[in-house]
This record gives sequence, C-alpha cells and structure tokens, in this order.
Amino acid sequence: MSSIRPVKQARKALLWLLIVFIIATGVLVAGATTGKTGWGPKLALDLEGGTEMILAPRVQGDQQINQEQLDQAVKIIRQRVNGNGVTESEVTTQSGRNVVVSMPGTPDQATRELIQASAAMEFRPVLISGSYEATPKDQRTAEADLPKPDGDPKNASDTNWVTADLYKKFEAYDCTNKADIKSSENADPAKPMISCDAKVGVKYILGPQEIPGDQISDAYAQLARGVNGSVTGEWVVVIEFNQQGTKTFADTTQRLIALQGAQNQFAIVLDGQIISAPTTNAVISDGRPQIQGGFTQESSQALAEQLKYGALPISFDIQSERQVSATLGADQLTAGLIAGIIGLGLVFIYSLFQYRALGLVTIASLLVSGILTYLALVLLGWGMNYRLSLAGVAGLIVAIGLIADSFIVYFERVRDELREGRPLASAVDIGWGRAKRTILASKAVNLLAAVVLYIVAVGNVRGFAFTLGLTAIIDLIVVYGLTHPTLVLLARTKFFADGHRLSGLDPSLLGVEPLYKGAGQIRRFGENVEANRGKKNAKASGEAAKRMTIAERRRAEAEQSKRSGTASSKAQEENNE
Amino acid sequence: MNKLVTWGNELYTGKRSYPFTSKHRLWFTIAGALVILSILVPVVKGGFNLGIDFRGGSEFTVSDVQNTDTKIGETAVTSVASSAEATVTNIAPNTMRVQTERLSDDETLAIAASLADGYQVSSNEVTSNFIGPTWGQDVSRQALLGLFAFVILVGLLMAAYFRTWKMSLAAIIGLLVVIVVTAGIYSVSGFEITPSAIIGFLTILSYSLYDTVVVFDKVRENTKDFSKQSKRTFEQLVNLAVNQTLVRSINTSVVAVLPVASILFIGSYMLGAGTLKDLSLALFVGIIVSALSTLFVQAPLYQWLRRNEPVIVEHTKKLTVD
Repeated sequence: MSSIRPVKQARKALLWLLIVFIIATGVLVAGATTGKTGWGPKLALDLEGGTEMILAPRVQGDQQINQEQLDQAVKIIRQRVNGNGVTESEVTTQSGRNVVVSMPGTPDQATRELIQASAAMEFRPVLISGSYEATPKDQRTAEADLPKPDGDPKNASDTNWVTADLYKKFEAYDCTNKADIKSSENADPAKPMISCDAKVGVKYILGPQEIPGDQISDAYAQLARGVNGSVTGEWVVVIEFNQQGTKTFADTTQRLIALQGAQNQFAIVLDGQIISAPTTNAVISDGRPQIQGGFTQESSQALAEQLKYGALPISFDIQSERQVSATLGADQLTAGLIAGIIGLGLVFIYSLFQYRALGLVTIASLLVSGILTYLALVLLGWGMNYRLSLAGVAGLIVAIGLIADSFIVYFERVRDELREGRPLASAVDIGWGRAKRTILASKAVNLLAAVVLYIVAVGNVRGFAFTLGLTAIIDLIVVYGLTHPTLVLLARTKFFADGHRLSGLDPSLLGVEPLYKGAGQIRRFGENVEANRGKKNAKASGEAAKRMTIAERRRAEAEQSKRSGTASSKAQEENNE
Repeated sequence: MNKLVTWGNELYTGKRSYPFTSKHRLWFTIAGALVILSILVPVVKGGFNLGIDFRGGSEFTVSDVQNTDTKIGETAVTSVASSAEATVTNIAPNTMRVQTERLSDDETLAIAASLADGYQVSSNEVTSNFIGPTWGQDVSRQALLGLFAFVILVGLLMAAYFRTWKMSLAAIIGLLVVIVVTAGIYSVSGFEITPSAIIGFLTILSYSLYDTVVVFDKVRENTKDFSKQSKRTFEQLVNLAVNQTLVRSINTSVVAVLPVASILFIGSYMLGAGTLKDLSLALFVGIIVSALSTLFVQAPLYQWLRRNEPVIVEHTKKLTVD
C-alpha cells in the first residue's frame, strides 16, 4: 500500500487548518487593535450584570400574534427604550411569541411602563399647524389675541378645541426637545393634543381621536395606477378599514374635504408621534384610502408596516424579570471557568491514562478546539452580536466531553484494526475510514439536537444550544484537520510504528503477537498475522481479508501457504496476556 | 492500562463476552420495572418539586453576605410587604436566597433595597428575579415541542443512516426509557425542577442517541453480511458488537461525565442552586442512564425486534442444527 498519498493529504489538511487559524486570528487582531471589537467574547447579561425582561403579548381570546407583528413590536419597543436614554439595550424576539428586553442596570418605573404599554395608533384631524421648533418668545401671540372658544366643539375638526392655554403650549412646544415629545406620548384620545411630524418638519394641534388604530384591517404598499389603470410608477400606501372604520372614515373625509388649509389634513399618530399627515383629496366611502406623495418603495413599505401594526395594538406583560448583579455574574463566570478547567484536566488525565502518548494528540486537539471556539465566539460577538451567557459556558464545558468522545471513537477503531494485526499506518487509514462515518453520524445527531433546542428555545436555553452546536462543528473541523492528519504522520514515526510501550498503540498489549517471539525468531512487525489466527478470530480476519485489495490478498495467501504449520498459534497468543 | 486493554482484547475477539442480548428478558424486566417506578413515584409523592419558575413569584439572591442569618431576610421582606411570606435559605457560602410570592414592581425594588440594607451589602450585590406563573409552563411547552420535533427528526435521520427502521425504533424506545428513568431519579431525589434542569433533559436526548449511534454502527458492521457466514447467529453477532464497543462506551461515557461532574461539584460548592448546577445534575444522571440503556435496552431491543424475520430465523436454525 502506498503511504505517500495519506501523508500528502495529512499535510494538506494540517495546512488548511493552519490557514483557517491564521485568518481567524488575523481578523481578530485587526478588529481588536482598531478597537472594533474586544479581545474577549461579548458577555450576556447574566454574566455582565443588568436586567432582562421577558415580555409576553397580552392577547384577547384566541387572537394570535404573528411574526410580523412581533417584529414591529420589537422595533417600537427598541425605539422607546433607546429614546429613553438607555443605551446598549437589546430587544429581540423569542420563539415567535415573546419579546426579550435586556439592558444594563435597573430600569426605573417609567421605563418599565413604557416598555409594557401598547402601541396606540389613532387617526386625528389636524386643527392648526406650526413651525417645528418653538416660536421665539418675542414672536408669540399676545395674550389678548389668543384664541377664545365660543362654545363647545361640534366635531373633531372644530377649532373650538383650541383653548388659549393649549395654543400657548403649542407655541412653546419644541419638536427637537425630548421632554416635549415625551409629554404627548400618552395623550387622552378624547382631547386635542400637540404632536410633531418629523418627516415634514411641522408640528400640529390635533383634534380628538376619530378612528382608533384597531379599525385598520390591513395596509400595504403598491404602485399607483393612473386613470386608465396603467401603473404610474409612483409608490402609494393603501389602508383598508374594517366596517366601522370605513363608515367613520367616510364621514371624516366628507367633513375634511370641505375644509381649507391644515384643517384639510388628518394625522396618523403612533405612540404620540405622527407617522403621516396626508391631506384629503376625496371622500373615501369604500374604506380603502390611498396615501400618496413622494414615497419610495422602501418608505411606503415602512409606513404600511407601521399602519398594519396599528391594526392590532399589543400590550405586553412582564413574564419574567431578572436583575443580575455584576458580582453574581462574575462569580458564576469564575465558577464556570474553574469547572471547565477541572473538567478539561480530568479529561486530559484520563486520556493519558487510557491512550498514553496518543492522549497527547487528544490534548492537542482539545486545546486547538478551545482556541478555535474562543476565536469563533469573539468573532461571532463582533459580527452577529452573539453574547456568551452562563448557559453558554455550561454548553462549552459539556462539549469538552463530547469533543473528546470523537477521539475515543477514532482511537478505539485504530486499536481494533491493530488487533486484526495490521501495521499501524494502515490501521490508521482503515480505522479512520470507519471511525469517520461513526463520528459524522453522531455529530449529526448532536448538531440536530442543538438546532432543535435553538429553535424551540426559551430563556437562556439558546446560549446553551448555540455553543453545543458550534462546538460540534468545531469538533469536526479539528478531527478532520488536526487529529487524523497528526495520527497519519505519527504512524510513520518509529516511536508509534514500532508500537512503543508508551505509544498507546503497543500491539503486544492489543493481543497481537510480540515482535520478538523467543528462540531467536523475530517476526517482522506489520507482517500479516491474520493467517495465524485461531479459530475464534476466523470471522474477524475473514472480514479483514474482505477489506484487502486483491494484491494484498494474494500476498497474504502466498504468505499463509509459506508459513503454514510453523510458528505461532492461538496458544501463544493467549500467553501474551 | 494493561488489564483494561487485555480486557478490551478479550471482548473484541469474543473470548470474553457479556450476555447483553441473550439475557434480554432480564434486562427488559429491570428496565420496565424502573420505568413503572419512575412513573409511580412522582404520582405517589404528589408530583415533582417544581421550582419558582413554575409556581411564579419573586426571588432575590444576595451575594457576599457575611451574616447568613435567615431572620434578616424575613424582616427585610415583611418590612416592605407585611403580608408576604418569605422563604430564606443560605444556598452557598456567603449567598442567601429569598423567595416570595409574586410582588409588584415597586415592592420588588423596595425589597431589593431593604435586603441590601439588612445584609449590609451594596445594592449591586442583590439580584432579583421576577417570574410570572406562566413562565415555567412556557418552558415546558417548548421543551415538549422540542422533544417531539427532535425524536421525529432523529428517528428519520437514524432510519436513513442505518437503513433500517428497527434500529431507529429501538434507539427511540431506549431514549424514552432514559428520559422517564432520569425524571424518576430526579423525582425520588427531590431535586427542584427548573428550566435549566429541563434544558439538561433535552441535552440528554442528544447524548443518549450519540451513544447509541456509536454502538449501532458497530452492530450494523458486524451484522451486515450475517447470512453469508456460519460462525455466529445474528443474536451472537449483535452481542459481539456490543461487547466489542464496551471499552469505547465506557471511555466515552467517562469522558463525557467528567466535565459535567466538575460543573456539578463547582456549581454546588461555589454557587448553590442555579443554571450550572441544575443543568449538570440532569446531565450527570442522564449520561450514566444513557450509557447503561444503550447496552441493556437499545441493543438487545434491536435484536429482539428482528428475531422473527424469516432470514434470521432460518440462519439461526441452520447454525443450531449444525
């Protein structure tokens, strides 16, 4: 059997691993020295300290919440939390149902309420428009000229809603001031309010709520059609109201069409902020108004999404809330790392005890897996914002055992082949061919479990599943790129090939005849001994014979006939124990 | 090493052999009894010891405590919410845990502050944890969903890989035995069931099947052309495969259990209850049960499932008549 090919392949595999290693390290060093990422993996909240809230949507009856609505909810909650001055907070969805908010520190009561509140969408008519910033003090309307209502307002568009106080507040209202914006967040739907339209840069006084957001049944973006039905190339947003909304909207447009100036507009308000304030061009009696005006495909779709979200205002209940002190997190990380080091040490000792020098290959492979895992965690933290949690650390520790398992499967296979009497080099080649399949199948099971766990995960299971899956892949890379090639090369060294007592592959220990057979007879190591096997091994050697190439079999047959009747027997074999 | 290697050699050649398949009745009876016990015990005991995640409530952990008097914790709770009942436990050196019924946001913040005060630690040493009563149910529901999806997928995967559904079926029945017995041991020992423990259970699935795949791979190799040889019956071939992989099974299980045991040890010694400990406890029990189950349930079961196949019956008859 030619030994050149496996050696070449082994060298190539090692080279590839080295290249992967160098690239990953290079990216990390480049990222870390330029300050784009740290040297260590990003830590999750339970290790870094902070608060994690898991929010469950409050739904009525058998109402279902879909992913789209959940994504919208996440966007809105993210806006709220970050707008509130909390930085570095993370808002994510979980198992298609819950929203997870993680933030450093402890949120105050206001933030808590803000997070839980539903997104309130509503339609209000515009009463008065004004400049985006506060009117300069010297230009404000004199006390005597302030509007004085002459009676109760008759409808939502009635300017009698605007009192002197409200108008004063309106002039002082500054859309660039966070405190002012916040004040309009929870406006009473029955009363007029002040709100800003950031897109146009205008602020408005709006009449009371005319249509609540939940009367929208759908909203979507589409290309507008001209009178003759041809596509005009302009993007518009179409809203579809439900029955009640259709009726109210028809009445509203009927009224607004007759009005002039700003009063012709109505505003769509989400969380106190205007997302669109279109003017009324026609009476819409079919409940399918179209909003148009300089939309791009993207902006029209964004607006449609926001409108659709308004169709189902969701509020959230805090289902679980954890405040983790940074000290506890640090303690747990320390404990986890100590556990990991002890676990690793025990595995090292056990492999050395079981596999002697081969144990060193296990140790080297485990160390390389460790380094690759570390690199992967840091780079994933950088690229995908992956954060290592305590459960993730547990996954890494559990993985030590699972990674070492694949080496054991491989080494035992090689030993099996040695027991069949093969020389080490071919035992490694053939053992690998069989171990490879087992390792792939068992890693597939591991990976599948990790993926299933990750998909259905609740809470911190995800971190665990993630590291478990990640290490399964890294294990494969290391077994293919390091363990096997190293063994192929080592099998060609004298120490291993001659079956040194400490190599862990000492053929005499494995039930193969000793090299020195006494009475001056020396068996050439690697000689085909299958032929000399006792009856008990007939099956096993038969199987091994089947695996030989034709040339090998011929050689074996020739040797068998030459040696029949001489030397070794089963009895001798048993004496070796 | 020498002895173990020699033992391994004897197992490999068939010189030494343990009756995994021939005594299957005994093993199945034991496994069946364990499964029944594992189902009965929790019923008799009135269910599992469910953690706070399933009952709902608030939990505080105070670290770096010098004075571990439980009274301080109780007073700290009642000073804020007079009607609340607090369970205060010293879970690890310098660490106190306080569990109460569900509290409002304000109360939670106030109790956290008064605990920090009472135990004379800074407020960032107090961790609070509020769990709604549906949280644990959510975890369990997802876990069941995961179990279901995983069993189906892995059943298909194994059937495809081994090209026989009987191996897949044997593996999955064995898997269920592992889950039930591990849960039974959990119940008997009175350990608290927490979401972390449930994650542990799900991981056992993966480990158990991993272990089975390794053994079944050898079984398949040995029995591939069984009808073409006349040395051993099908049953003997399966048994030989299990014996041949015995050293491997022991080694992989020991190596898998070592790191888990170290988490368990460090987790309980340094941290008391928590993610790490609950997870590793379930894994520790599960890995041992899985390894045993592969040898005594999965492999004999596979042989048992195939015992009546005409080819095997005929082959066995031919060998025994000779």
